[in-house]
Amino acid sequence: MSRTIYDLIGLFAGICFILALKGLSHPKTARRGNKIGAVGATIATLVVFFYANEGSSLPLNNLGWILGAIALGTLIGVPAARKVQMTQMPQLVALFNGVGGGAAALVAIVEYLNLGDTATTAEVIFTVFTVIVGCVSFSGSIITFMKLQELMTTRPVVFPGGRFVIAGTLVAVLGVSVWVVTALGTTPLLVLALLSLLFGILFVLPVGGADVPIVISLLNAFTGLTVAASGYVLDSVLLIIAGTLVGASGTILTRLMAEAMGRSLFGTLFGAFTAKPQDTSGVAEDRPVRSGSPDDVAILLNYARRVVIVPGFGLAVAQAQHTVRELADLMISKGIDVAYGIHPVAGRMPGHMNVLLAEANVPYDQLLEMDEVNPTFGQTDVAIVIGANDVVNPAAKNSPGCPIYGMPILEVSNAANVIFLKRSMRPGFAGIENELLYDPKTMLLFGDAKASLTKVVGALKAL
Amino acid sequence: MNAVAIISIFTLAVFVGFEVVSKVSSTLHTPLMSGANAIHGVILVGAIIVADHSTTNLELGLAVTAIVLATINMVGGFVVTDRMLEMFKGKK
Repeated sequence: MSRTIYDLIGLFAGICFILALKGLSHPKTARRGNKIGAVGATIATLVVFFYANEGSSLPLNNLGWILGAIALGTLIGVPAARKVQMTQMPQLVALFNGVGGGAAALVAIVEYLNLGDTATTAEVIFTVFTVIVGCVSFSGSIITFMKLQELMTTRPVVFPGGRFVIAGTLVAVLGVSVWVVTALGTTPLLVLALLSLLFGILFVLPVGGADVPIVISLLNAFTGLTVAASGYVLDSVLLIIAGTLVGASGTILTRLMAEAMGRSLFGTLFGAFTAKPQDTSGVAEDRPVRSGSPDDVAILLNYARRVVIVPGFGLAVAQAQHTVRELADLMISKGIDVAYGIHPVAGRMPGHMNVLLAEANVPYDQLLEMDEVNPTFGQTDVAIVIGANDVVNPAAKNSPGCPIYGMPILEVSNAANVIFLKRSMRPGFAGIENELLYDPKTMLLFGDAKASLTKVVGALKAL
Repeated sequence: MNAVAIISIFTLAVFVGFEVVSKVSSTLHTPLMSGANAIHGVILVGAIIVADHSTTNLELGLAVTAIVLATINMVGGFVVTDRMLEMFKGKK
Protein backbone atom coordinates (compact mmCIF):
# COMPACT_ATOMS: atom_id res chain seq x y z
CA MET A 1 0.00 0.00 0.00
CA SER A 2 1.37 3.41 -0.88
CA ARG A 3 1.93 6.11 1.68
CA THR A 4 -0.71 8.29 0.01
CA ILE A 5 -3.45 5.70 0.38
CA TYR A 6 -2.33 4.96 3.92
CA ASP A 7 -2.58 8.63 4.86
CA LEU A 8 -5.94 9.06 3.09
CA ILE A 9 -7.38 6.16 5.05
CA GLY A 10 -5.95 7.82 8.15
CA LEU A 11 -7.81 11.00 7.19
CA PHE A 12 -11.01 9.02 6.74
CA ALA A 13 -10.63 7.58 10.26
CA GLY A 14 -10.00 11.12 11.53
CA ILE A 15 -13.27 12.27 9.94
CA CYS A 16 -15.04 9.34 11.63
CA PHE A 17 -13.73 10.62 14.98
CA ILE A 18 -14.98 14.14 14.31
CA LEU A 19 -18.44 12.78 13.39
CA ALA A 20 -18.31 10.57 16.49
CA LEU A 21 -17.73 13.51 18.81
CA LYS A 22 -20.35 15.54 16.97
CA GLY A 23 -22.87 12.69 17.28
CA LEU A 24 -22.09 12.16 20.95
CA SER A 25 -23.06 15.76 21.64
CA HIS A 26 -26.76 15.17 20.91
CA PRO A 27 -29.03 12.62 22.60
CA LYS A 28 -30.61 11.41 19.38
CA THR A 29 -27.37 10.77 17.54
CA ALA A 30 -25.18 9.78 20.47
CA ARG A 31 -25.30 6.05 20.01
CA ARG A 32 -24.70 6.24 16.30
CA GLY A 33 -21.83 8.65 16.94
CA ASN A 34 -20.15 6.16 19.22
CA LYS A 35 -20.49 3.46 16.57
CA ILE A 36 -18.97 5.72 13.92
CA GLY A 37 -16.04 6.27 16.27
CA ALA A 38 -15.63 2.52 16.72
CA VAL A 39 -15.68 2.03 12.94
CA GLY A 40 -13.00 4.70 12.53
CA ALA A 41 -10.81 3.11 15.20
CA THR A 42 -11.23 -0.35 13.64
CA ILE A 43 -10.27 0.89 10.18
CA ALA A 44 -7.29 2.78 11.58
CA THR A 45 -6.08 -0.38 13.34
CA LEU A 46 -6.61 -2.71 10.39
CA VAL A 47 -4.80 -0.49 7.90
CA VAL A 48 -1.56 -0.57 9.92
CA PHE A 49 -1.22 -4.25 9.07
CA PHE A 50 -1.12 -3.48 5.34
CA TYR A 51 1.37 -0.67 5.28
CA ALA A 52 5.13 -1.19 5.60
CA ASN A 53 6.93 1.68 7.30
CA GLU A 54 10.29 2.80 5.96
CA GLY A 55 12.87 0.09 6.49
CA SER A 56 10.41 -2.67 7.29
CA SER A 57 8.39 -5.03 5.18
CA LEU A 58 5.10 -6.90 5.29
CA PRO A 59 3.98 -8.85 7.12
CA LEU A 60 4.84 -6.82 10.20
CA ASN A 61 7.63 -8.06 12.42
CA ASN A 62 6.48 -9.74 15.63
CA LEU A 63 3.06 -10.24 14.06
CA GLY A 64 2.22 -13.11 16.39
CA TRP A 65 2.99 -11.02 19.45
CA ILE A 66 0.95 -8.11 18.10
CA LEU A 67 -2.15 -10.20 17.36
CA GLY A 68 -1.84 -12.06 20.65
CA ALA A 69 -1.61 -8.80 22.59
CA ILE A 70 -4.69 -7.40 20.81
CA ALA A 71 -6.60 -10.59 21.60
CA LEU A 72 -5.56 -10.39 25.25
CA GLY A 73 -6.55 -6.72 25.48
CA THR A 74 -9.94 -7.50 23.96
CA LEU A 75 -10.45 -10.42 26.33
CA ILE A 76 -9.81 -8.09 29.28
CA GLY A 77 -11.56 -4.96 28.01
CA VAL A 78 -14.84 -6.29 26.64
CA PRO A 79 -15.96 -8.35 29.66
CA ALA A 80 -14.94 -5.50 31.99
CA ALA A 81 -17.07 -3.08 29.97
CA ARG A 82 -19.98 -5.53 29.65
CA LYS A 83 -20.18 -6.70 33.23
CA VAL A 84 -19.53 -3.52 35.15
CA GLN A 85 -22.43 -2.30 37.26
CA MET A 86 -23.74 0.98 35.95
CA THR A 87 -23.01 2.49 39.34
CA GLN A 88 -19.33 1.64 38.97
CA MET A 89 -19.03 2.92 35.44
CA PRO A 90 -17.22 6.20 36.26
CA GLN A 91 -14.25 4.40 37.79
CA LEU A 92 -14.08 2.05 34.80
CA VAL A 93 -13.86 5.06 32.49
CA ALA A 94 -11.08 6.41 34.73
CA LEU A 95 -9.28 3.09 34.50
CA PHE A 96 -9.60 2.89 30.71
CA ASN A 97 -8.24 6.40 30.45
CA GLY A 98 -5.33 5.52 32.71
CA VAL A 99 -4.28 2.47 30.67
CA GLY A 100 -4.51 4.61 27.52
CA GLY A 101 -2.12 7.12 29.07
CA GLY A 102 0.16 4.28 30.15
CA ALA A 103 0.13 2.86 26.62
CA ALA A 104 1.09 6.27 25.16
CA ALA A 105 4.00 6.57 27.61
CA LEU A 106 5.21 3.04 26.76
CA VAL A 107 4.99 3.73 23.03
CA ALA A 108 7.12 6.85 23.52
CA ILE A 109 9.69 4.93 25.59
CA VAL A 110 9.99 2.11 23.04
CA GLU A 111 10.36 4.53 20.14
CA TYR A 112 13.01 6.42 22.10
CA LEU A 113 14.98 3.22 22.79
CA ASN A 114 14.59 2.29 19.14
CA LEU A 115 15.71 5.62 17.70
CA GLY A 116 18.73 5.80 20.02
CA ASP A 117 21.20 8.41 18.85
CA THR A 118 19.34 9.10 15.63
CA ALA A 119 16.50 10.92 17.40
CA THR A 120 16.19 14.59 16.55
CA THR A 121 15.86 17.15 19.34
CA ALA A 122 12.21 17.74 18.41
CA GLU A 123 11.50 14.02 18.63
CA VAL A 124 13.16 13.83 22.04
CA ILE A 125 11.14 16.81 23.29
CA PHE A 126 7.86 15.21 22.14
CA THR A 127 8.95 11.92 23.68
CA VAL A 128 9.65 13.63 26.99
CA PHE A 129 6.24 15.31 26.85
CA THR A 130 4.48 12.02 26.13
CA VAL A 131 6.30 10.16 28.89
CA ILE A 132 5.54 12.84 31.49
CA VAL A 133 1.89 13.38 30.61
CA GLY A 134 1.19 9.71 29.89
CA CYS A 135 2.62 8.67 33.25
CA VAL A 136 0.74 11.42 35.11
CA SER A 137 -2.46 10.33 33.39
CA PHE A 138 -1.80 6.70 34.28
CA SER A 139 -1.01 7.11 37.97
CA GLY A 140 -3.54 9.92 38.41
CA SER A 141 -6.31 7.79 36.92
CA ILE A 142 -5.42 4.90 39.21
CA ILE A 143 -5.85 7.21 42.20
CA THR A 144 -9.21 8.50 40.90
CA PHE A 145 -10.22 4.88 40.38
CA MET A 146 -9.33 4.05 43.98
CA LYS A 147 -11.22 7.09 45.25
CA LEU A 148 -14.37 6.26 43.28
CA GLN A 149 -14.17 2.58 44.18
CA GLU A 150 -13.74 3.74 47.79
CA LEU A 151 -10.56 1.70 48.13
CA MET A 152 -9.21 4.83 49.75
CA THR A 153 -10.71 7.88 51.39
CA THR A 154 -12.78 10.14 49.15
CA ARG A 155 -11.77 13.18 51.15
CA PRO A 156 -8.92 15.35 49.97
CA VAL A 157 -5.66 13.80 51.15
CA VAL A 158 -3.47 16.61 52.37
CA PHE A 159 -0.38 16.23 54.45
CA PRO A 160 1.69 18.94 56.12
CA GLY A 161 4.14 20.46 53.67
CA GLY A 162 2.40 18.56 50.90
CA ARG A 163 2.42 21.45 48.52
CA PHE A 164 6.18 21.80 48.82
CA VAL A 165 6.59 18.10 48.06
CA ILE A 166 4.36 18.50 44.98
CA ALA A 167 6.12 21.63 43.80
CA GLY A 168 9.47 19.93 44.41
CA THR A 169 8.40 16.91 42.37
CA LEU A 170 7.31 19.15 39.53
CA VAL A 171 10.65 20.97 39.56
CA ALA A 172 12.42 17.60 39.56
CA VAL A 173 10.32 16.42 36.60
CA LEU A 174 11.25 19.54 34.64
CA GLY A 175 14.92 19.25 35.63
CA VAL A 176 15.12 15.62 34.56
CA SER A 177 13.39 16.55 31.28
CA VAL A 178 16.24 18.90 30.49
CA TRP A 179 18.65 16.12 31.46
CA VAL A 180 16.96 13.72 29.01
CA VAL A 181 17.01 16.25 26.18
CA THR A 182 20.67 17.16 26.66
CA ALA A 183 22.24 13.89 27.79
CA LEU A 184 19.94 11.33 26.12
CA GLY A 185 20.24 7.75 27.39
CA THR A 186 17.87 5.28 28.94
CA THR A 187 18.47 6.00 32.62
CA PRO A 188 17.33 9.63 32.58
CA LEU A 189 14.17 8.62 30.75
CA LEU A 190 13.30 5.94 33.30
CA VAL A 191 13.94 8.40 36.15
CA LEU A 192 11.63 10.80 34.36
CA ALA A 193 8.91 8.16 34.06
CA LEU A 194 9.11 7.30 37.76
CA LEU A 195 9.04 10.95 38.85
CA SER A 196 6.06 11.58 36.57
CA LEU A 197 4.19 8.63 38.06
CA LEU A 198 4.86 10.09 41.51
CA PHE A 199 3.69 13.52 40.41
CA GLY A 200 0.44 12.06 39.06
CA ILE A 201 -0.29 10.50 42.45
CA LEU A 202 0.53 13.66 44.38
CA PHE A 203 -1.49 15.76 41.93
CA VAL A 204 -4.72 13.80 42.41
CA LEU A 205 -4.49 12.93 46.12
CA PRO A 206 -5.59 16.39 47.37
CA VAL A 207 -8.65 16.42 45.08
CA GLY A 208 -11.90 15.98 46.98
CA GLY A 209 -14.52 13.43 45.97
CA ALA A 210 -16.84 15.94 44.33
CA ASP A 211 -14.10 17.14 41.98
CA VAL A 212 -13.00 13.68 40.83
CA PRO A 213 -15.09 13.68 37.60
CA ILE A 214 -13.46 16.94 36.54
CA VAL A 215 -10.03 15.45 37.11
CA ILE A 216 -10.92 12.34 35.08
CA SER A 217 -12.06 14.55 32.24
CA LEU A 218 -8.85 16.56 32.45
CA LEU A 219 -6.63 13.47 32.48
CA ASN A 220 -8.64 12.25 29.49
CA ALA A 221 -7.72 15.44 27.60
CA PHE A 222 -4.10 14.96 28.70
CA THR A 223 -4.01 11.46 27.27
CA GLY A 224 -5.36 12.87 24.00
CA LEU A 225 -2.43 15.28 23.81
CA THR A 226 0.07 12.49 24.43
CA VAL A 227 -1.45 10.58 21.51
CA ALA A 228 -1.00 13.67 19.31
CA ALA A 229 2.63 13.99 20.41
CA SER A 230 3.21 10.29 19.64
CA GLY A 231 1.75 10.98 16.21
CA TYR A 232 4.53 13.47 15.59
CA VAL A 233 7.28 11.06 16.63
CA LEU A 234 5.76 8.14 14.72
CA ASP A 235 4.94 10.26 11.67
CA SER A 236 1.23 9.39 11.78
CA VAL A 237 -1.30 12.01 10.68
CA LEU A 238 -4.12 9.95 12.12
CA LEU A 239 -2.66 9.95 15.64
CA ILE A 240 -2.10 13.70 15.46
CA ILE A 241 -5.71 14.34 14.40
CA ALA A 242 -7.29 11.89 16.85
CA GLY A 243 -5.13 12.96 19.78
CA THR A 244 -5.63 16.66 19.19
CA LEU A 245 -9.40 16.22 18.82
CA VAL A 246 -9.62 14.45 22.16
CA GLY A 247 -7.27 16.93 23.77
CA ALA A 248 -9.26 19.94 22.58
CA SER A 249 -12.76 18.55 23.11
CA GLY A 250 -11.67 17.11 26.45
CA THR A 251 -10.46 20.52 27.60
CA ILE A 252 -13.78 22.15 26.66
CA LEU A 253 -15.69 19.30 28.27
CA THR A 254 -13.67 19.69 31.46
CA ARG A 255 -14.56 23.37 31.55
CA LEU A 256 -18.26 22.66 30.88
CA MET A 257 -18.31 20.08 33.66
CA ALA A 258 -16.63 22.45 36.06
CA GLU A 259 -19.24 25.08 35.19
CA ALA A 260 -22.14 22.64 35.62
CA MET A 261 -20.81 21.84 39.06
CA GLY A 262 -20.06 25.44 39.91
CA ARG A 263 -16.41 24.62 40.49
CA SER A 264 -13.49 26.75 39.54
CA LEU A 265 -11.27 24.82 37.17
CA PHE A 266 -8.27 26.68 38.49
CA GLY A 267 -9.15 25.80 42.08
CA THR A 268 -9.53 22.14 41.17
CA LEU A 269 -6.27 21.95 39.27
CA PHE A 270 -4.12 23.89 41.60
CA GLY A 271 -5.84 22.69 44.73
CA ALA A 272 -2.78 20.50 45.07
CA PHE A 273 -0.63 23.55 45.54
CA THR A 274 -2.90 25.55 47.77
CA ALA A 275 -4.67 22.92 49.86
CA LYS A 276 -4.17 23.16 53.57
CA PRO A 277 -4.82 20.32 55.97
CA GLN A 278 -8.46 20.57 57.01
CA ASP A 279 -9.85 20.10 60.44
CA THR A 280 -12.05 17.11 59.84
CA SER A 281 -12.77 16.30 63.47
CA GLY A 282 -15.64 17.81 65.38
CA VAL A 283 -18.15 17.54 62.56
CA ALA A 284 -19.84 14.49 64.01
CA GLU A 285 -22.50 16.39 65.87
CA ASP A 286 -24.91 14.98 68.33
CA ARG A 287 -27.96 17.03 67.57
CA PRO A 288 -31.54 15.82 67.55
CA VAL A 289 -33.01 14.75 64.24
CA ARG A 290 -36.59 13.78 63.47
CA SER A 291 -36.76 10.25 62.21
CA GLY A 292 -39.96 8.65 61.01
CA SER A 293 -41.39 5.27 60.06
CA PRO A 294 -42.38 4.13 56.57
CA ASP A 295 -46.02 4.71 57.62
CA ASP A 296 -45.32 8.33 58.53
CA VAL A 297 -43.75 8.82 55.12
CA ALA A 298 -46.67 7.15 53.35
CA ILE A 299 -49.20 9.36 55.13
CA LEU A 300 -47.26 12.48 54.23
CA LEU A 301 -47.14 11.38 50.59
CA ASN A 302 -50.79 10.37 50.48
CA TYR A 303 -51.97 13.89 51.25
CA ALA A 304 -49.45 15.67 49.04
CA ARG A 305 -50.41 17.26 45.75
CA ARG A 306 -46.93 17.57 44.36
CA VAL A 307 -43.91 15.42 45.18
CA VAL A 308 -40.39 15.82 43.85
CA ILE A 309 -38.02 12.87 44.07
CA VAL A 310 -34.35 13.73 44.35
CA PRO A 311 -32.32 10.63 43.58
CA GLY A 312 -28.67 10.34 44.52
CA PHE A 313 -25.91 7.83 44.38
CA GLY A 314 -27.28 5.96 47.41
CA LEU A 315 -30.34 5.07 45.32
CA ALA A 316 -28.15 3.51 42.69
CA VAL A 317 -25.99 1.65 45.20
CA ALA A 318 -29.10 0.10 46.72
CA GLN A 319 -30.31 -0.81 43.19
CA ALA A 320 -33.56 0.92 44.11
CA GLN A 321 -34.27 2.52 40.71
CA HIS A 322 -37.11 0.11 39.97
CA THR A 323 -38.65 0.47 43.43
CA VAL A 324 -38.60 4.24 43.21
CA ARG A 325 -40.37 4.02 39.87
CA GLU A 326 -42.96 1.77 41.47
CA LEU A 327 -43.50 4.38 44.20
CA ALA A 328 -43.77 7.15 41.60
CA ASP A 329 -46.32 5.14 39.55
CA LEU A 330 -48.37 4.49 42.66
CA MET A 331 -48.43 8.18 43.58
CA ILE A 332 -49.37 9.13 40.02
CA SER A 333 -52.25 6.65 40.16
CA LYS A 334 -53.44 8.49 43.27
CA GLY A 335 -53.47 11.76 41.32
CA ILE A 336 -50.28 13.13 42.85
CA ASP A 337 -48.07 15.23 40.63
CA VAL A 338 -44.64 13.54 40.59
CA ALA A 339 -41.34 14.69 39.12
CA TYR A 340 -37.70 13.77 39.54
CA GLY A 341 -35.24 16.55 40.23
CA ILE A 342 -31.92 15.61 38.68
CA HIS A 343 -28.84 17.45 39.75
CA PRO A 344 -26.26 17.73 36.95
CA VAL A 345 -23.80 15.65 38.95
CA ALA A 346 -26.25 13.34 40.71
CA GLY A 347 -24.50 10.03 40.96
CA ARG A 348 -20.80 10.25 40.49
CA MET A 349 -20.55 12.10 37.20
CA PRO A 350 -22.58 14.50 35.06
CA GLY A 351 -25.43 12.61 33.43
CA HIS A 352 -24.79 9.47 35.47
CA MET A 353 -28.21 9.56 37.18
CA ASN A 354 -30.09 9.95 33.88
CA VAL A 355 -28.41 6.77 32.72
CA LEU A 356 -29.31 4.92 35.91
CA LEU A 357 -32.97 6.00 35.83
CA ALA A 358 -33.29 5.32 32.12
CA GLU A 359 -32.15 1.80 32.95
CA ALA A 360 -35.23 1.48 35.18
CA ASN A 361 -37.51 2.80 32.39
CA VAL A 362 -38.40 6.00 34.20
CA PRO A 363 -40.20 8.14 31.58
CA TYR A 364 -37.84 10.80 30.34
CA ASP A 365 -40.40 13.60 30.65
CA GLN A 366 -40.56 13.10 34.42
CA LEU A 367 -36.87 13.90 34.75
CA LEU A 368 -36.44 17.60 35.38
CA GLU A 369 -33.07 19.29 35.25
CA MET A 370 -32.01 21.51 38.08
CA ASP A 371 -32.96 24.81 36.43
CA GLU A 372 -36.46 23.52 35.65
CA VAL A 373 -37.17 22.00 39.03
CA ASN A 374 -35.69 24.59 41.39
CA PRO A 375 -38.41 27.26 40.89
CA THR A 376 -41.10 24.63 41.61
CA PHE A 377 -39.97 23.61 45.10
CA GLY A 378 -42.02 26.47 46.56
CA GLN A 379 -45.21 24.71 45.34
CA THR A 380 -43.95 21.27 46.31
CA ASP A 381 -45.48 19.55 49.31
CA VAL A 382 -42.88 16.85 49.76
CA ALA A 383 -39.35 16.49 48.48
CA ILE A 384 -38.00 12.96 48.90
CA VAL A 385 -34.23 12.85 48.90
CA ILE A 386 -33.08 9.30 48.29
CA GLY A 387 -29.45 8.57 48.93
CA ALA A 388 -28.37 12.07 48.00
CA ASN A 389 -26.70 14.55 50.26
CA ASP A 390 -24.16 16.96 48.81
CA VAL A 391 -26.41 18.03 45.91
CA VAL A 392 -29.06 19.34 48.33
CA ASN A 393 -26.68 20.66 50.98
CA PRO A 394 -27.43 24.33 51.71
CA ALA A 395 -23.81 24.69 52.83
CA ALA A 396 -22.97 25.03 49.14
CA LYS A 397 -24.88 28.33 49.23
CA ASN A 398 -24.38 29.50 52.78
CA SER A 399 -20.94 28.61 54.03
CA PRO A 400 -18.04 30.05 52.11
CA GLY A 401 -14.95 27.94 52.59
CA CYS A 402 -16.65 24.56 52.67
CA PRO A 403 -15.36 22.28 49.92
CA ILE A 404 -18.56 22.38 47.86
CA TYR A 405 -19.22 26.11 48.29
CA GLY A 406 -20.50 27.58 45.04
CA MET A 407 -21.87 24.34 43.64
CA PRO A 408 -25.45 24.91 42.47
CA ILE A 409 -27.83 22.77 44.51
CA LEU A 410 -31.38 21.51 44.33
CA GLU A 411 -33.23 23.82 46.69
CA VAL A 412 -35.30 21.18 48.43
CA SER A 413 -35.39 23.30 51.58
CA ASN A 414 -38.06 25.43 49.84
CA ALA A 415 -40.47 22.48 49.81
CA ALA A 416 -43.04 22.23 52.62
CA ASN A 417 -41.63 18.89 53.83
CA VAL A 418 -38.36 17.14 53.19
CA ILE A 419 -37.88 13.41 53.60
CA PHE A 420 -34.38 11.98 53.60
CA LEU A 421 -33.91 8.29 52.96
CA LYS A 422 -30.46 7.56 54.30
CA ARG A 423 -28.45 4.61 55.45
CA SER A 424 -26.93 6.55 58.33
CA MET A 425 -25.98 10.03 59.46
CA ARG A 426 -22.71 9.64 57.55
CA PRO A 427 -22.00 12.69 55.38
CA GLY A 428 -21.97 12.45 51.57
CA PHE A 429 -19.16 11.86 49.11
CA ALA A 430 -17.69 15.31 49.70
CA GLY A 431 -17.56 14.57 53.43
CA ILE A 432 -19.53 17.60 54.62
CA GLU A 433 -22.18 17.84 57.30
CA ASN A 434 -25.65 18.74 55.99
CA GLU A 435 -27.58 21.32 58.03
CA LEU A 436 -30.82 20.37 56.33
CA LEU A 437 -30.89 17.08 58.23
CA TYR A 438 -31.52 18.99 61.45
CA ASP A 439 -34.24 21.22 60.01
CA PRO A 440 -37.59 20.81 61.81
CA LYS A 441 -39.43 20.14 58.54
CA THR A 442 -37.09 17.31 57.69
CA MET A 443 -38.00 13.72 58.42
CA LEU A 444 -35.41 10.98 58.19
CA LEU A 445 -36.08 7.41 57.27
CA PHE A 446 -33.02 5.32 58.03
CA GLY A 447 -32.15 2.12 56.26
CA ASP A 448 -31.24 0.70 52.90
CA ALA A 449 -32.96 2.78 50.22
CA LYS A 450 -34.53 -0.21 48.51
CA ALA A 451 -35.86 -1.78 51.70
CA SER A 452 -37.22 1.56 52.92
CA LEU A 453 -38.91 2.32 49.62
CA THR A 454 -40.49 -1.12 49.49
CA LYS A 455 -41.99 -0.53 52.95
CA VAL A 456 -43.23 2.92 51.95
CA VAL A 457 -44.86 1.47 48.82
CA GLY A 458 -46.56 -1.20 50.96
CA ALA A 459 -47.78 1.37 53.48
CA LEU A 460 -49.02 3.72 50.78
CA LYS A 461 -50.94 0.91 49.06
CA ALA A 462 -52.64 0.09 52.35
CA LEU A 463 -53.90 3.64 52.84
CA MET B 1 6.23 15.64 6.94
CA ASN B 2 7.23 19.25 7.42
CA ALA B 3 6.67 21.20 10.59
CA VAL B 4 4.25 23.73 9.09
CA ALA B 5 1.94 20.97 7.81
CA ILE B 6 1.94 19.35 11.25
CA ILE B 7 1.26 22.63 13.02
CA SER B 8 -1.58 23.33 10.54
CA ILE B 9 -3.18 19.95 11.18
CA PHE B 10 -2.79 20.39 14.92
CA THR B 11 -4.28 23.89 14.94
CA LEU B 12 -7.28 22.97 12.78
CA ALA B 13 -7.94 19.88 14.88
CA VAL B 14 -7.92 22.03 18.03
CA PHE B 15 -10.61 24.28 16.57
CA VAL B 16 -12.71 21.35 15.38
CA GLY B 17 -12.37 19.70 18.80
CA PHE B 18 -13.52 22.89 20.54
CA GLU B 19 -16.38 23.40 18.14
CA VAL B 20 -17.96 19.94 18.09
CA VAL B 21 -18.57 19.70 21.82
CA SER B 22 -19.25 23.31 22.73
CA LYS B 23 -23.03 22.92 23.13
CA VAL B 24 -23.41 19.53 24.77
CA SER B 25 -26.01 19.18 27.54
CA SER B 26 -24.85 18.00 30.94
CA THR B 27 -26.82 14.77 30.47
CA LEU B 28 -24.29 13.69 27.86
CA HIS B 29 -21.11 14.77 29.64
CA THR B 30 -20.30 11.29 30.87
CA PRO B 31 -20.94 9.39 27.60
CA LEU B 32 -19.08 12.06 25.66
CA MET B 33 -16.09 11.82 27.96
CA SER B 34 -16.20 8.06 27.69
CA GLY B 35 -16.45 8.20 23.89
CA ALA B 36 -13.52 10.62 23.62
CA ASN B 37 -11.65 8.31 25.98
CA ALA B 38 -12.22 5.40 23.61
CA ILE B 39 -11.01 7.47 20.65
CA HIS B 40 -7.62 8.09 22.22
CA GLY B 41 -7.35 4.32 22.33
CA VAL B 42 -6.10 4.62 18.72
CA ILE B 43 -2.70 4.91 20.37
CA LEU B 44 -3.05 1.20 19.60
CA VAL B 45 -1.92 2.13 16.08
CA GLY B 46 1.25 3.67 17.54
CA ALA B 47 1.78 0.63 19.76
CA ILE B 48 1.57 -1.70 16.74
CA ILE B 49 4.04 0.47 14.81
CA VAL B 50 6.61 0.37 17.62
CA ALA B 51 6.08 -3.36 18.09
CA ASP B 52 6.98 -3.74 14.41
CA HIS B 53 10.15 -1.64 14.97
CA SER B 54 11.18 -3.48 18.11
CA THR B 55 14.56 -5.17 17.91
CA THR B 56 15.34 -6.10 21.52
CA ASN B 57 13.33 -8.16 23.97
CA LEU B 58 12.95 -5.14 26.23
CA GLU B 59 11.45 -3.07 23.43
CA LEU B 60 9.15 -5.86 22.34
CA GLY B 61 8.01 -6.51 25.91
CA LEU B 62 7.15 -2.85 26.46
CA ALA B 63 5.48 -2.59 23.05
CA VAL B 64 3.34 -5.68 23.63
CA THR B 65 2.29 -4.29 27.02
CA ALA B 66 1.37 -1.05 25.28
CA ILE B 67 -0.76 -2.97 22.76
CA VAL B 68 -2.63 -4.78 25.53
CA LEU B 69 -3.30 -1.53 27.41
CA ALA B 70 -4.29 0.41 24.30
CA THR B 71 -6.68 -2.37 23.20
CA ILE B 72 -8.33 -2.35 26.62
CA ASN B 73 -8.70 1.42 26.33
CA MET B 74 -10.13 1.36 22.82
CA VAL B 75 -12.35 -1.72 22.76
CA GLY B 76 -13.51 -1.42 26.36
CA GLY B 77 -14.11 2.30 25.89
CA PHE B 78 -16.43 1.91 22.92
CA VAL B 79 -18.31 -0.98 24.52
CA VAL B 80 -18.92 0.83 27.81
CA THR B 81 -20.00 4.00 25.99
CA ASP B 82 -22.46 1.98 23.96
CA ARG B 83 -23.85 0.47 27.16
CA MET B 84 -24.39 3.92 28.63
CA LEU B 85 -26.15 5.14 25.51
CA GLU B 86 -28.26 2.01 25.22
CA MET B 87 -30.12 3.33 28.26
CA PHE B 88 -31.32 6.30 26.26
CA LYS B 89 -33.11 4.24 23.66
CA GLY B 90 -36.86 4.22 23.37
CA LYS B 91 -37.06 7.85 24.34
CA LYS B 92 -38.40 10.40 21.94
